[in-house]
Amino acid sequence: MARVTTGITSSHIPALGAAMQTGTSGNDYWGPVFNGYQPIKDWLQQPGNMPDVVVLVYNDHASAFDMNIIPTFAIGCAEKFKPADEGWGPRPVPDVIGHPDLAWHIAQSLILDDFDMTIMNDMDVDHGCTVPLSMMFGEVDKWPCKVIPFPVNVVTYPPPSGRRCFNLGDSIKAAVESFPEDLNVHVWGTGGMSHQLQGPRAGLINKEFDLNFIDKIISDPEVLSKMPHIEYLREAGSEGIELVMWLIMRGALGEKVKDLYTFYHIPASNTALGALLLQPEETAGEALDPRRVMSGHSLTA
Amino acid sequence: MTDKKERIDIHSYLAAFDDIPGTRVFTAKRARQGYHLNQFAMSLMKEENRKRFLADEKAYLDEWDMSEAAKQAVLARDYNAMIDEGGNVYFLSKLFSTDGKSFQFAAGSMTGMTQEEYAQMMIEGGRSPEGVRSIKGGF
Repeated sequence: MARVTTGITSSHIPALGAAMQTGTSGNDYWGPVFNGYQPIKDWLQQPGNMPDVVVLVYNDHASAFDMNIIPTFAIGCAEKFKPADEGWGPRPVPDVIGHPDLAWHIAQSLILDDFDMTIMNDMDVDHGCTVPLSMMFGEVDKWPCKVIPFPVNVVTYPPPSGRRCFNLGDSIKAAVESFPEDLNVHVWGTGGMSHQLQGPRAGLINKEFDLNFIDKIISDPEVLSKMPHIEYLREAGSEGIELVMWLIMRGALGEKVKDLYTFYHIPASNTALGALLLQPEETAGEALDPRRVMSGHSLTA
Repeated sequence: MTDKKERIDIHSYLAAFDDIPGTRVFTAKRARQGYHLNQFAMSLMKEENRKRFLADEKAYLDEWDMSEAAKQAVLARDYNAMIDEGGNVYFLSKLFSTDGKSFQFAAGSMTGMTQEEYAQMMIEGGRSPEGVRSIKGGF
């Protein structure tokens, strides 16, 4: 039986990809960010930790979907997905290899569970999907696992509610657990944390909100899932709304989780960045040492 | 999934967005207004279109059913004005990427700060939410 063993959150900002591409990931600005990810990268390489499949929850940034088609929840069911050309040529990373059998199984299960999925058989994936893969697996010739891209609309309002996302995660968990093949499945929630990319209020960062969000997603996601959109917008900036996608990841891990590792950093370009490694409590491994790392301006009171 | 959730009133849901200072939320109204501007930006995902656009921006823009104000905003690379015309930053990212510019460049350009000032503000922890959460509430 397939099972959701692990949840990971990650930023997906394009500047991280650019730092790798330009060889600046070790400089004073980016070094602390890549150092903060290193324990998760190392953990993934330990025996038993590498997933067979990642269900990668992200938002398409007007790449696969333009103003003509705006699905709230979509799932990539293709054999493979090419990196999108977002205006500077495609990111020089491998094609994302899908798992059509599991993807179709999840799609069918979710629809039967009242989530009306949009099924994608031909889709390019943008930085939202490929930057987290680069952050977790580094520069590779091919990705070490299969990936089911799972785009969520958080661009055109209204995006799905936190509650809906949390429940969707729970349904993804049930779908995975009813797949007969023995697979180690991860669910990754990407985006965030606080950031605003537009208007005179651009550059907003809210450390207090972010750290509380991290605590609650670990210990009390039920309450967190009831937070209305306006609170994300006011407190975490207009693009901070991406954090609803973390609730999909969290919903897929069951009631109680163990936080193996938490990383928080300010700033990565325009954003505050959070990377978490979580496992369902009943099957959780050892926490990493150190278990919580903060860097950059987040260390300042 | 058995809990019956409270129904959200769409009018107060949408009205609340106008109470956030310096922020334009990409609602249906803006999406409709900016349809052609955003689709123009999407067209720059193709190398041949980028070349054609950069060779003669005005001529390329005239192929699109955009308002004159939107065209002028594009030509001036005035991102606040583009967003006022219904543009969305993720669509407009195709334009600043075509120019070889970053999200930090584009975001910074909308704040009235210089690039250096904006980058420095981010290094120092970003813009505080204090006082910019609500116009009416002033918090």
